Amino acid sequence: MKFTTTLLASSAIVGAGTLAFADAHGNMAKEMTLVSWGGAYQASQDKAYVQPYLEMHPDVTAVWDESSAEAVAKLRAMNEAGNVTWDLVDVVAADAIRLCDEGLAMEIDADEVLAAAPDGTSASDDFGDLLVSDCFIPQIVYSTTFGYRTDMVGDTPPTKICDVFDTDAYPGKRALEKRPINNMEWALLCDGVDKADVYDVLATPEGQEKALAKLDTIKDDVIWWSAGADTPQLLADGEIVMGSTYNGRLFSVIEEQKQPVAMLWDAQVFDLDGWIIPAGLPDDRLARVMDFVKFATDTQRLADQSKYISYGPARLSSAPLVGQHADMGIDMAPHMPTDPANAQNTFLYNYEFWADYRDDIDAKFQAWLAQ
Amino acid sequence: MSDANNATTAPNSALAAERAEDEYTGPMLAADGTPLKRSLNRALRRQKISALLLIAPLLIFVLVTFIAPIADMLFRSVENQIVQDTLPRTTTELKNWDSEGGELPDQTVYKSLYQDIYVAQERKLHTRLGSRLNYELTGASSLFRKSGRGVDDIGEVYQDQFEDLNAFWKKGENWNDVLGSDAWLAAMNDWKKASGDAQPPFEMRDGIADILPQTADYYSIFADFVQNEDEDNLYKEDPWPLIYSAFYDDLTGPTAEQVATYAGPGATELAEAAAAAPSFATVDYMDAFADIDKDWVELPIWQTIATYSPKFTNGYFLNAVDMQKTPDGPALRPEDERIYWTLFKRTLFMSVCITLSCILLGYPIGWILANLPARTANLLMILVLLPFWTSLLVRTSAWKVMLQQQGVINDTLVWLGVVADDSRLALINNQTGTIIAMTHILLPFMILPLYSVMKTVPPSYLRAAKSLGATNWTAFWRVYFPQSVPGIGAGSILVFILSIGYYITPEIVGGRTGTFISNRIAYHISSSLNWGLAAALGAILLAVVLGLYYAYDKIVGIDNVKLGG
Repeated sequence: MKFTTTLLASSAIVGAGTLAFADAHGNMAKEMTLVSWGGAYQASQDKAYVQPYLEMHPDVTAVWDESSAEAVAKLRAMNEAGNVTWDLVDVVAADAIRLCDEGLAMEIDADEVLAAAPDGTSASDDFGDLLVSDCFIPQIVYSTTFGYRTDMVGDTPPTKICDVFDTDAYPGKRALEKRPINNMEWALLCDGVDKADVYDVLATPEGQEKALAKLDTIKDDVIWWSAGADTPQLLADGEIVMGSTYNGRLFSVIEEQKQPVAMLWDAQVFDLDGWIIPAGLPDDRLARVMDFVKFATDTQRLADQSKYISYGPARLSSAPLVGQHADMGIDMAPHMPTDPANAQNTFLYNYEFWADYRDDIDAKFQAWLAQ
Repeated sequence: MSDANNATTAPNSALAAERAEDEYTGPMLAADGTPLKRSLNRALRRQKISALLLIAPLLIFVLVTFIAPIADMLFRSVENQIVQDTLPRTTTELKNWDSEGGELPDQTVYKSLYQDIYVAQERKLHTRLGSRLNYELTGASSLFRKSGRGVDDIGEVYQDQFEDLNAFWKKGENWNDVLGSDAWLAAMNDWKKASGDAQPPFEMRDGIADILPQTADYYSIFADFVQNEDEDNLYKEDPWPLIYSAFYDDLTGPTAEQVATYAGPGATELAEAAAAAPSFATVDYMDAFADIDKDWVELPIWQTIATYSPKFTNGYFLNAVDMQKTPDGPALRPEDERIYWTLFKRTLFMSVCITLSCILLGYPIGWILANLPARTANLLMILVLLPFWTSLLVRTSAWKVMLQQQGVINDTLVWLGVVADDSRLALINNQTGTIIAMTHILLPFMILPLYSVMKTVPPSYLRAAKSLGATNWTAFWRVYFPQSVPGIGAGSILVFILSIGYYITPEIVGGRTGTFISNRIAYHISSSLNWGLAAALGAILLAVVLGLYYAYDKIVGIDNVKLGG
């Protein structure tokens, strides 16, 4: 009952919305400001769907703003100032949920706004569980996982996540992200907690202490990173023996820069990245964005993106279309975090848990870090 | 202009002066006959206004872009209206609740909570409050998100019963006929949405607020929401489940007998509903909320709401000094959550270290620059200024390459045999790294004031001291150094205050022990979105800087600071 009411209510809202777009169809804005992360990821978006879209619509221009890292704070400030200058913002799913909570992102109905799969599967089925928020339009699945120096681990390369905590077998520094998310889960896992119980344990103060105590065993051997580019640099320079980062970064260290680095996929944490549309856009800009986003997240476009970067397309129907890297001509499928060989033991970022516990655990984590 | 005036009025004023000598004994008059004092004042005022007008653009610029945002940001450190604004009825009801009594609030509070959350979730404000309260109580975020989804069910109990009783109550049109004034209904009838005219604002039927007070109350909120926020046709809009529960309360509450006095449209249906309502199945609001989440029947969430009900709070400031608000008053946080005090101390300590190392390195450079021939000095000055023309990020990242364990400095030391290959120095990702990198970045701010002050010390003083028998050291220490102190003062203030607020460099090279309080402020601004806490930390930092500045003025004297000759 509840579910259907919500569904009906939201489709009513969006139904009204689509009518408005239809009205405004004649005067879609000629310019879009797209916000993304910069670097190779933004380049993959540009090549896979922004440039093709602009070729189809020669009168439209797109401007990139590389502000995704501060997107939540900036959108909030823009909203308070009453002048939202962004049209489409690329954020990680956790940020999309917060923007939705704060009323800063527009709620959408996937089936109305997004294209169906070529075989007619509706968008909501095609994206499935990845639609983690009413405001979120997923693009890719990426993972946070480890890379290690093949020349620094001897004859027995690490195969399990717990090798990260084993400083006897693998002496040397490790790089971990300077935040509790992911690190706490890995610590508990290697402290003997069952994978199924990780979040139940982490919800208790004792469990948090347990995780920090485990991290404490390698505290002096860790370099804490806050930018995704840190670990690749540290690995390339031989500063660290292993370190966590986004799998696409490791792909470029291994395949593009040919460094002696290999992947440790065990206990990789899947996360999602996608678009949100800022709330309160004027009709003409909204109509343009809707038109663009429908194109940019269709099955072929998401599959195209994986030619340029090793992140998995968020649509089920895109997976069979993943081909070879556009420049290097290597098969991309084995480099995808979702490839069956790589995805034997995985976590999915627990959005609800971290929305609740982020402030609390972060305070403890930072206090522990500062000691 | 005034000269010309004087010239033309000169004969008059000569006459006036003669006349004044003869008969006038009042205040001295200006040439045009007004008292001199007033005339002078007027001229002065004109001058002041023109001076003010000249600096007005700058003043307005500073006010708008600097003072106002700072004031706005500082205001956030105490502002806490969101709780009262989102849960107005609940917070009012909670005032009578004893948060330390160990008892849960009573049904009326739960009922107000239902009403508040219902309205809030329609306006999509409940999750915002959830995020706000999650800073104080873990779990509030999902609690409010869940409750927003759950409140629909609560009201539907009454909605279904009224609709089963008579399909009349299903339709928005019927509700509007009962509750809307005749004039408004007529206006709505004439109004065409397609015409683009504004929808006639909803008007309540005369006297209906006495008969159905709560229904009228919520219906006007509903009407306002539909007309102004959703911009839908109110006449066609079916009411929220919330209206039905208010309707039930009216029909069974103290105003129930008033219903008989109503004779407008739908009077029969209303009388029928009034007769049936007392036998309806009722909602236990407390149980309903317990069904949504058992946290609602536990004390912490209620204590948190009660503690943060007031429009202003010192909670953020308490947080910023590792304390928290509890029902018993402020208390220290558990030891494993204390961090800000450590960071404040560390920031101050490291800023002092950076300032001292800047003095140590900058003083000799300033001295050399000041005593070299102008041409060479200018060349060297370019070297000092060069870092200013390089991006901060590039400079900091360059230090990473220099200082890391496989970096240039360690490689050189190992090659020279100073350190062993397996015990390379840890120069980065700790306090050492931050101090080295920031000393380099801030050094020009020390050298420039030192140089310009030293430039003004005549070299003859030193020669004179020596000719009077002073040793090199005495001549420097007793004669030269005291004259360069204002430069040290100015440089130190600049470097210290800049370093206290730095965050990019510590973030990149500071590791876990070399980060500053500013890194936490940046985190709360851009990641956790706890702007209130960030503002409180910033306000404390500002107060510390002002306090230190005041102390400096008292001890050294701010007149003793020079940025140049």
